Amino acid sequence: MSLIEARGLTLAYRRETVLSDVTFAIDRGEIVTVVGPNGSGKTSLVKALIGAVQPVSGKVARTPGLRIGYVPQRLHTDGTLPLTVRRFLSLPHRVGSEEAETALAEAGVPGLGPRALAELSGGQLQRVLLARALIGRPDLLILDEPTQGLDQPGQAAFYQRVEAVRDTTGAAVLLVSHDLHVVMSASDRVLCLNGHVCCEGRPEVVASAPEYRALFGTGTHGALALYRHDHDHGHDHGHGHHDHGNAHDDPAEPRRLNG
Amino acid sequence: MLDDFLFRAALAGIGVALAAGPLGGFVVWRRMAYFGDATSHAALLGVALALALSGPVFIGVLAVSLATALMVSRLSETGLPADTGLGVIAHGALAFGLVAVSAIPGRQGDLTAWLFGDILAVTRGDLVIVWAGAAGVLALLAWRWQGLLTATVNPDLARAAGLDPRRETLVLTLALALTVAVAIKVVGALLIVALLLIPAGAARPLSRSPEAMAAGAAAIGAAATLLGLGMSLRLDTPAGPSIVCAAAVIFALTHGARALRRT
Repeated sequence: MSLIEARGLTLAYRRETVLSDVTFAIDRGEIVTVVGPNGSGKTSLVKALIGAVQPVSGKVARTPGLRIGYVPQRLHTDGTLPLTVRRFLSLPHRVGSEEAETALAEAGVPGLGPRALAELSGGQLQRVLLARALIGRPDLLILDEPTQGLDQPGQAAFYQRVEAVRDTTGAAVLLVSHDLHVVMSASDRVLCLNGHVCCEGRPEVVASAPEYRALFGTGTHGALALYRHDHDHGHDHGHGHHDHGNAHDDPAEPRRLNG
Repeated sequence: MLDDFLFRAALAGIGVALAAGPLGGFVVWRRMAYFGDATSHAALLGVALALALSGPVFIGVLAVSLATALMVSRLSETGLPADTGLGVIAHGALAFGLVAVSAIPGRQGDLTAWLFGDILAVTRGDLVIVWAGAAGVLALLAWRWQGLLTATVNPDLARAAGLDPRRETLVLTLALALTVAVAIKVVGALLIVALLLIPAGAARPLSRSPEAMAAGAAAIGAAATLLGLGMSLRLDTPAGPSIVCAAAVIFALTHGARALRRT
C-alpha cells in the first residue's frame, strides 16, 4: 500500500473551505511536488498530512508505523531561546552525537553542531531543518516551501540535496512549492493545487496542461530549462524527453524567469 | 533555625525561585508575560473567594488562577487579538479582585500583603506549601521537558513528531497556576511575573542551552531572594519588591556585561 493516502480530503480554515476533495497517494521512494499559487491550500494539505489539522470530511490514511520527517515552511528563531544546532537535533528525541553528525553531513552542513540556531544563514537553517527531518530514518520527508529566502542557485542546490537523500535513503519526498520551475526535474510526479486538484502527473505533462498554464502562464519554461541544464550535468534519472526543455540548447536564448 | 522568621523567608523565596526560574524560561521563549499577568492578577480574586468562604487561600488562588489560565489559553486558540484580550483579562481580574477583597469586612488591611507579598510572615505551613508546589512545578517541567521545548520551537514540528502541542500548553498553564499559588505569599500578585521574567531574562546572556538558562534562572532567582531580603533588613524596605529590585539589577548587570564584551 501507499505510505500515505488522502481520500476525498476537504479542509476548512475558520469555516471557509480552503481545499476540497483531494485524493492522492505517495508511494515509497517517490518525489511528489505539490505546486500552486499562494492561498491554494498547499500548507493546509501538509498540516492535514502531519495531523495538525483535522479534515472537515475525507481522511488521511497512513501506513502503520509511518515515520515522517517534516521541514516546516519557516522556523522562527529569535535570540531568547539559546539553542545550538546539536541540541535542536535532539528534539523531541535525544540522538547520539554520531547520528547527529551523520544527519548534518547528509543535509550538506557537516560540523555545524556547535553553532547557535539563531545565528545561521537562511540556507544553513534550511539544511539544518532537513538534517533534523532525516534523523530517525523517515519513510516520508515532507518539505513545505523549504527554500523560501534562498537564491536560485541555493534552491537548486537544496533540491539536488533532497534528491540525493532520496537516492541514498529511499525515503519518499513530498515537496510543496510555488516555484515549479526550480523543483521540477527532481519530481517524479506533480500535483497542481488551487483549492482543489487542478491537474496531476509527470512534470512535463503538468507543465503543458492548460490548467497549469492558466495558473502560472507559460513564461517559466526558460527558467525550468535552466535548472534542467544544471541538473543534467550531475545525475540524469532518465526523465525522458520533454517538449519545453529546449531553451538551454540555444545559447542565444535569454534567461527568462517570468516571460 | 526554622524559628527565625528571616530564615523561613529565605527558604520560601528560594523555593519559589527554584520553580519560577525554569518556568520563566518558557514565559520568555513563548512570550507569555501578559498571560502570566492575567493569571497572577486573577489570583487576587481567588484570595477574595477563599476569605469569603473561610477556606485555605492556597486552594482559592490555585483554583481561580487555573480557571483564568485555561480561559485565556482557550481564548488565544480562537485567535482573538491576544494583546488587548489579555490586557482586559489581566487588569479586569485585578480590579475585580481589589474590589472583592475590600468588600470582605475587616480584611482591608490585608490587601497590601496580597498585592506585594508578606514574605517575612511566612509560617512553617506556608513553607510546606511553597516547597511542595515548587517540587510539583519542577516535576511537571522535567516530565515534559523535551516535548515542551519542541512545541516551543515550532508547534508543527511537535505535531509531525506525534506530540500534541495543546497538551504541552496545558502543562505550562498548570505549572503557571501552581507557581502563582505558591508565590503570592512571597512577592504578591503584582510582582509574580517579575520573578518569572527577570531571572530567566538575566540568565539568557550567560546560557548556551535551554537547560543552562533554566538552571541559571533558578540560581539568579535564589540569589535575588537573598540579596533582596538583606536589603530589606538593612534599609527597612518592603521585602517582596526588594527581591524584584535585586533581580532587576542582576538583569542589568548580565546584559550590560554582554554588551561590553561585544564592543
